Amino acid sequence: MVEETTTREHEAYERIHAGRDFAELKRRYIGFAFPMTVAFMVWYLLYVVASNWANDFMATQVVGNVNVALVFGLLQFVSTFLIAWLYARHANRKLDPIADRLREEYDREVGR
Amino acid sequence: MSTHDSMIPLAQDTSHRPVTVTLFVLVVLVTIGITIWASRQTRTATDYYAGGRSFTGVQNGFAVAGDYMSAASFLGISGAIALTGYDGFLYSIGFLVAWLVALLLVAELLRNSGRYTMADQLAFRMRQRPVRTAASVSTVVVSIFYLLAQMVGAGALVSLLLEVEGDAAKNLTIAAVGALMIFYVTVGGMKGTTWVQIVKAVLLMGGTILITVLVLAEFNFNISDMLGGAAENSGAGQAFLEPGLKYGVDTTTKIDFLSLGLALVLGTAGLPHILIRFYTVPTAKQARSSVLWAISLIGAFYLMTLVLGFGAAALLSEDAYGQVADSAGNLASPLLAEEVGGGAGSNGGAVLLALIAAVAFATILAVVAGLTLTSASSVAHDIYANVIRRGKATEHDEVKVARGAAIAIGAVAIALAIPAQDLNIAFLVALAFAVAASANVPALVYNLFWKRFNTRGALWSIYGGLTSAVVLVFFSPVVSGKGVDANGNNLSLFPTDVDFHWFPLDNPGIVSIPLGFLLGWVGTMTARDRTAEDKYDELDVRALTGAGAEKAVTH
Repeated sequence: MVEETTTREHEAYERIHAGRDFAELKRRYIGFAFPMTVAFMVWYLLYVVASNWANDFMATQVVGNVNVALVFGLLQFVSTFLIAWLYARHANRKLDPIADRLREEYDREVGR
Repeated sequence: MSTHDSMIPLAQDTSHRPVTVTLFVLVVLVTIGITIWASRQTRTATDYYAGGRSFTGVQNGFAVAGDYMSAASFLGISGAIALTGYDGFLYSIGFLVAWLVALLLVAELLRNSGRYTMADQLAFRMRQRPVRTAASVSTVVVSIFYLLAQMVGAGALVSLLLEVEGDAAKNLTIAAVGALMIFYVTVGGMKGTTWVQIVKAVLLMGGTILITVLVLAEFNFNISDMLGGAAENSGAGQAFLEPGLKYGVDTTTKIDFLSLGLALVLGTAGLPHILIRFYTVPTAKQARSSVLWAISLIGAFYLMTLVLGFGAAALLSEDAYGQVADSAGNLASPLLAEEVGGGAGSNGGAVLLALIAAVAFATILAVVAGLTLTSASSVAHDIYANVIRRGKATEHDEVKVARGAAIAIGAVAIALAIPAQDLNIAFLVALAFAVAASANVPALVYNLFWKRFNTRGALWSIYGGLTSAVVLVFFSPVVSGKGVDANGNNLSLFPTDVDFHWFPLDNPGIVSIPLGFLLGWVGTMTARDRTAEDKYDELDVRALTGAGAEKAVTH
């Protein structure tokens, strides 16, 4: 019923899954992606809530006609660009080397 | 996007019309040329569904941005800012932040574990037929809602930009847009559609950068002056620059906005037409690069809409600003372009207005093509090849069915969009995001990160999230009982004398999203599926490393 894999492929997947390298890859991935997701969601919801219920604070003028609301909104852009950049750096340095090695092992084992 | 039928002509003089028509024809000719070229490169099913997985991250990044930024965001958000000030900007932030969900949790893992459709990823370890049926139903529903909103908008917008009046002209526009989109999808497949989206994204960014620079130059690049001018001109004063003009009316509208914000931020990563774009690149690394490019383009674009919106409020004459209000905001960018080009009646104004109109037209074409391709792929690959033929269909038959499905879906969209023009269906885009967030995202996330997740959990979250979002909206004020606006336009789908609403919010996300997740959890815990659990290890390895993932086609 499910996607078919050959015995050889199945064994290769099982072996990689049980290995220390994969556990480390998964730990590094989850360790970055999950806390970061919680962080940007909280940060975004804080912005939505402030827009709704903290009018006086949001209306505070910062420079000229630029108020806190605009700065807060622009900071959402900054944080989005920053998190995207941090993730790319993390993935390139900490995830890709392990993932590439495991994929090569798999290809060798199943003879692709 | 507005669906009001009270559109008024763009300007008293029509000097821009020949240029506009020429540019529209040019857009059509270029995209037809691309499609025919792409059809020659399309041989296998992987070519048709996934462009041979041979696009680069940069190309796909532009295509993703082109697929995502609809005319609703191009004309709608700048228009919303021009009319309601800061609250228009709130929208765009949700649309952008949402991409982090796609980047961190979905894009790469999906690229590694799926093949052509959203359902592939679930079917990897679930019972094929029920799960594919559910995912396909959700895909088609989300895509049709979105498509319908775009098509109805296209009819109003193109006739507005070309200044043709009357129902016949609008019907003809919808039919022509529909025919073009069917042509792109049936003939060009994913390759043609992708290139149309890339061209559109380049045009959109180019046009927006040009107008933004011209607007800022009017204020000697002093943003504070522009904001001050906008606040003064709008008549709302400093309140124009603060949140609250649109969503801050009372507690219900505030909770409604929170509900919308949740759907926007979670829904993007569950939009099927966005998800299948990640299959068009050779590796997960290129999928990551696609999202990074898309985030840069979309972020830059939304920052510029801020200038377009506040710029329009600051620079437009009272007369022109009135036209923007009558068009529910859609004319803000085109009229602003005319203004910074030298004003109505000038050659520069005519050329820039025509240019922005052509960009809007290209935008509509690219988005509707992406949506049609997505639904057609799901019907052919999930329903026909795997549910009906149980995986025994040949590639040739599958692609033939996909082409037929594209024609059928396109025809249905035209047939529904023409009568829908007189109805207020502006809520459909937000509903598409809500369904994606309530039905698709719980299933995708659970499947990737929860070993115990099984077929029943997937079915409950998809059908439960989908049904609750649609039912809540059906009994919400956007369908009946919202009343009329200041100009007497009906704010609901049904006539003003019908009122059966009991759900207080326009946006169902705050209820339907937790419900989708909860049902997925309850469904999973009340069933046991050893096969799905055993297969999880394979999915886990494949998703994170790309071992055994689909490879690019080499011709």
